[in-house]
Amino acid sequence: MSDTADTKQMAYIAAQAADARVNLEIETEGMTLNIGPQHPATHGTLRIVVRLDGEQVISAEPLMGYMHRGYEKLTEVRTYPQVTTLVNRIDWLGSFANEVPFILAAEQLMEVEAPPRAQWIRTALFEMSRIANVVLFLGDMGVQLGAVTPVFFAFRDREFILNQIEAVTGGRFHPNFDRIGGLKDDLPKGWIDETRGVLKRIRNFCDEIETLVVGNEIFQSRTRNIGVIPADIGLSYGLSGANIRSSGVDWDIRRDGGAGLVHNELDWKVWTHPDGDSFARFWVRLQEVRESCTMIEQILDGIPSGPVMAKVPRIIKVPAGEAYVETENPLGVMGYYVISKGDLTPFRVKIRSASFNNVSITPWLLKGVYVPDVISILASLYFILGDIDR
Amino acid sequence: MIQLSSLEETNEEGEIPKRDDIREDLISKLKDDLGESLVVTEIIAEVDVWARVTKEAWLETAQVLLNRHNMRYFNFLSAIDWLPSPFGRDMDAQVDQPEPVTPEEMTWGTTGGETRFQLLARVHDPENHLGISLKVDLEDTDLSIESWSSIYPGADWHEREVSEMFGITFLNHPNPVKLYLPGDFEGYPMRKDFALLARRIKPWPGIVDVEDMPGEESEEDEVDA
Repeated sequence: MSDTADTKQMAYIAAQAADARVNLEIETEGMTLNIGPQHPATHGTLRIVVRLDGEQVISAEPLMGYMHRGYEKLTEVRTYPQVTTLVNRIDWLGSFANEVPFILAAEQLMEVEAPPRAQWIRTALFEMSRIANVVLFLGDMGVQLGAVTPVFFAFRDREFILNQIEAVTGGRFHPNFDRIGGLKDDLPKGWIDETRGVLKRIRNFCDEIETLVVGNEIFQSRTRNIGVIPADIGLSYGLSGANIRSSGVDWDIRRDGGAGLVHNELDWKVWTHPDGDSFARFWVRLQEVRESCTMIEQILDGIPSGPVMAKVPRIIKVPAGEAYVETENPLGVMGYYVISKGDLTPFRVKIRSASFNNVSITPWLLKGVYVPDVISILASLYFILGDIDR
Repeated sequence: MIQLSSLEETNEEGEIPKRDDIREDLISKLKDDLGESLVVTEIIAEVDVWARVTKEAWLETAQVLLNRHNMRYFNFLSAIDWLPSPFGRDMDAQVDQPEPVTPEEMTWGTTGGETRFQLLARVHDPENHLGISLKVDLEDTDLSIESWSSIYPGADWHEREVSEMFGITFLNHPNPVKLYLPGDFEGYPMRKDFALLARRIKPWPGIVDVEDMPGEESEEDEVDA
């Protein structure tokens, strides 16, 4: 046996041994890494299979369905008032906001309008669920990058907002408070003053986060220029909410959208950021929490008196027709396409949830990034699994 | 059959119907671009606009909306099964005296329809804040249609969901595998003739919410809201 043949055979044996170490069923070079289904960055049970070349991601494929509950099918066998109980559980951190677009769609079909006081309280609760939701994100983002303290601040201060929501609705997480034609109940006594105090706390929390996290050098270097989404790509994937506003798209349904909520009567600002990276998404959300505080303060000052419920029949039959209503929810645009045939139950409801579109960009976005950045990008996109799987 | 709702709108009481210039403008331009492919359009003034196109023009519609009408924002894509549920109102299952299920006629919603399955999609113009809902009929014999994912990459996942839930095939789809369901799942859950098993064996206790209270007459006549 010549020397060359010997070298060739050695190389062949070495290659065989290397093949045996990687999974032979997956025909790829490099390594396959399974992120989730139980990873803190997945906010539930999102599983992402990434293929790596060294530290770099070649491809990423999210696998879902671990939490699919079939709400679109279930709505077909529930009466309209019963549907709000279901949709509460879509984005469980900002539950009240899930009810609003569905109720507005039903109201549009029934040609009912909630009385002004109900609309103002609705807007206040809508913004409070945004605070409850996004405050947790602001703390959680730190945890993903190794800073544990902010999340304790977040859980501490979110509790005060949840207390206020509970005082009105009776439920910390699942209020089930919105009704076709108004609200279940009026505000409890003394609530307005207490809420003012809570909003001061939330503002303090925002300042704390600003000094603790935003100004932190490690945080900046791990998020700046990481996971950049250009505006056009984001729009074609249907990204919404803070994710698209941080790519410089000045579009907010609260300002530009339809009726039912009173955002247009308040003085506030839509925040955008030109960079489109993970840092921008964090920064925009931080400003939005402050903006929500401003809105709620104005609502508390200007809330009109009157009834909280319009006159609607006790047995609700929605006239035949189709309506699509979307609102700017904490995670992004959430809409319901409701088809009614004049029955007690909807004929078909298409739930357009924000996270589904927001996460669909991940195969594009994660291509070529490094493993540690996968976590910070996923965290900055901010999704809730219930909002993806529905 | 081409109907432009703005032209045929007449009001019996002589009131001037509400106009919606932006949406009418969009529809008239779409008509120029698509011609005969635009089957029916409908506008609810200051609320929304719908258009139904032919199956052959589905891909072209997306191109036209994206390139000429700045509909850069992909909102969602889904499907509708217009078959009346063969199980009647599922709510009444195993009630003491269930209503006999009479097969109903198939009826369609906004912009009408001719087939059992319709595709429903929505795109949006983020600068002018204008959205449009699109529909297309799919013949039972050929439940396949061109994929939008080459134009709107966001349609990828939506089409996978529609594909597994309704059994509609998308041609030229980059990754036509199931999204939520396990690979060996049989049947199409969102079709109306796919029974919701939980409801077949156990009635929904919430039914009491919509029954009349004892000793009380039906309040359904009091609709004056």
